[in-house]
Amino acid sequence: MTTTPRLDHLRALEAESIHILREVVAEFERPVMLYSIGKDSSVMLRLAQKAFHPGPIPFPLLHVDTTYKFKEMIQFRDQMAASVGARLIVHTNEEAISDGTQPFKVGTQRCCGLLKTKSLLDGLQAGNFDAALGGARRDEERSRAKERVFSLRDANGQWDPKRQRPELWNLLNGRLGPGESIRIFPLSNWTEIDVWQYIHVEEIPIVPLYYAKEREVIVRGNSLIVQEQPFVVTMPGEKPQMVRCRMRSLGCSPCTGAIRSDADTVPKIIEELISTRQSERQLRIIDHDQDGSMELKKREGYF
Amino acid sequence: MAGLLRICTAGSVDDGKSTLIGRMLHDSQSVYEDQIHSVQAASKNLAAGPIDFSLFTDGLKAEREQGITIDVAYRYFATARRKVILADTPGHEQYTRNMATGASTADLAILLVDAREGVKVQSRRHARIARLLGITDFVLAVNKMDLVDFDREVFDGIRDEFDEMLTGARCHAIPLSALHGDNVITLSDRTPWFEGPSLLEYLETVDVSRDLTKLPLRFPVQLVLRPNDAFRGYSGQLASGTVRVGDRVTAWPSGRSARVQRIVTYDGDLDMAFAPMSVTLTLDDEIDISRGDLLATDPPDVGQHFEAEVVWMDERPLDPARVYLLKHTTRTVTAEVNHALLLNQIGTVSVSTSRPLVFDPYASNRITGGFILIDTSTHFTAGAGMIAHAVRDGVAPGTTPVTAAERLALLARRAGSDADAIKAVEQALEEILL
Repeated sequence: MTTTPRLDHLRALEAESIHILREVVAEFERPVMLYSIGKDSSVMLRLAQKAFHPGPIPFPLLHVDTTYKFKEMIQFRDQMAASVGARLIVHTNEEAISDGTQPFKVGTQRCCGLLKTKSLLDGLQAGNFDAALGGARRDEERSRAKERVFSLRDANGQWDPKRQRPELWNLLNGRLGPGESIRIFPLSNWTEIDVWQYIHVEEIPIVPLYYAKEREVIVRGNSLIVQEQPFVVTMPGEKPQMVRCRMRSLGCSPCTGAIRSDADTVPKIIEELISTRQSERQLRIIDHDQDGSMELKKREGYF
Repeated sequence: MAGLLRICTAGSVDDGKSTLIGRMLHDSQSVYEDQIHSVQAASKNLAAGPIDFSLFTDGLKAEREQGITIDVAYRYFATARRKVILADTPGHEQYTRNMATGASTADLAILLVDAREGVKVQSRRHARIARLLGITDFVLAVNKMDLVDFDREVFDGIRDEFDEMLTGARCHAIPLSALHGDNVITLSDRTPWFEGPSLLEYLETVDVSRDLTKLPLRFPVQLVLRPNDAFRGYSGQLASGTVRVGDRVTAWPSGRSARVQRIVTYDGDLDMAFAPMSVTLTLDDEIDISRGDLLATDPPDVGQHFEAEVVWMDERPLDPARVYLLKHTTRTVTAEVNHALLLNQIGTVSVSTSRPLVFDPYASNRITGGFILIDTSTHFTAGAGMIAHAVRDGVAPGTTPVTAAERLALLARRAGSDADAIKAVEQALEEILL
């Protein structure tokens, strides 16, 4: 007799996520994967390749482009879409951009509302998608801890935490009423460390911004801001300087700070994560603009 | 790391469950510093001590305002030995459904009681739901021991009462103070009479793996992959058992067999796969298999009538006059249930489905024995069911259908698909007419 075969925790998470992806393709007419270019999206892409191998990824990728993403992110996005052979749809709220919407002019809340939330809802509607796959994890933030794998949205794309469907075993209920849609989170049970360990063992490509190197930044309090947009101006007394740093999470360049770091490989990043006790979302200015702000954004339709 | 441990917690309001979990996350360093700061800023519950640990887990604004946990929250922590997924389920009675949800995927349940209160009606209910959902490993956390001066007799009394309630299950009882951290991570000086291990040490080392790989193969087909004419594969996640290249498997409900030709994955073909892996199988014979079918070695039950324990989770009561959608493994059918249940009620019912299901009793396999009932108008997941046993064709034992019409109806019900049903009835009619 051989000993009991057992999956390690990463392979158990992988098997669960593949199951979720396949349920989505089996039960929905027009699914789409939201592709945000970050590390979680990279893992999602790999899982989608695995779920449908030897076939292609059977849904398009949708990137909601605020036009303020880091340049390296956009390059990486186009390379990845080509290399996995998936159809990439890019959606931008052109009207808000031509009105000059940017965080310093309208505030971060309104900027996110127009360029991310509204743009996302418009993009989903334009493609007539009935299911949107996202890479959000429950360990990211308190209100996300109660998110379902299949998360129902009403006709306005909004989330009602009190109307969530119970999820038992691996039985996912994807039935929709008129106008309703669903957001699906195959990485629900993954933590930030799991994602990095998986990237490491699977050798998954990620945007180079995650790796430490000398970058020209403005040092503002605890934040290191990369000056990519013309409206990100230096304050009196500030001047751009070279700092060895990296991005812990990727978003829009004006609102995503870098952290000082020497971690230029995935194992070093994992080591840094284990030793730091700073949560990754702390550097995302938008989560801190009011108490419970992620929950409010989610109710309005944000991922 | 030695795999994944899935646990759920249950306790009544004010037993300090959220505080205990907050304490575990905090002390095992799974809570980040900025989360601590934002919790300190929001903490108004001064009675809970310098940091209100429950604020780590009570995520939604309504809960923070009402001070009760109203929805199941998932938490994660990793020790050097294993990764833990914790479903924090609310104790408030009207949310019993969430307790069932959390327990459905858990390997172990932590039952929390207040040392001053002892075993309450709620505690019995939680233990019962956990047992019903198939949990056989328990931790009894007797909390607020500081408020009874760490009195051993109080602890022993509660432990004995639970031992009686949990006959047949394994239970490790621990005297705790979640607020002060006694016996949460390390053993406390204040309970010299307690031999341990502490809560976290127990969770790190307990071997609960119900061995899915020792059960017969159950492979519910999720998708038929046909990327080109040369390839036809059946994708799914092994619910139990193992499968090897060359194994003869039978597709149910059709009952047709073939040999496994390849076990395909993105990382290359495998010789063997085991539960809970997600793989794609190809067979050496082109038999008709679609989503909702199940590949198995030993035969499962196949039928349209069974008895089940059902937990009702919807405000709108279970109505025997209505038809529900029933999702079981990867198959969704319509179903009728023989008697009414109210929100949070648990009952034994008879279920009849429009098409056959391929199943096992829940007690032997959670995945092929569990199902959900979906309201056809609201689409809410209204009920959770655990199959007890098959009832042969809905006919009381000893009786057989007599009229031609009854026999035709039976043929149609036994068929694997509508197309099969039409074919079977056509054939039978031809025989009668000839």
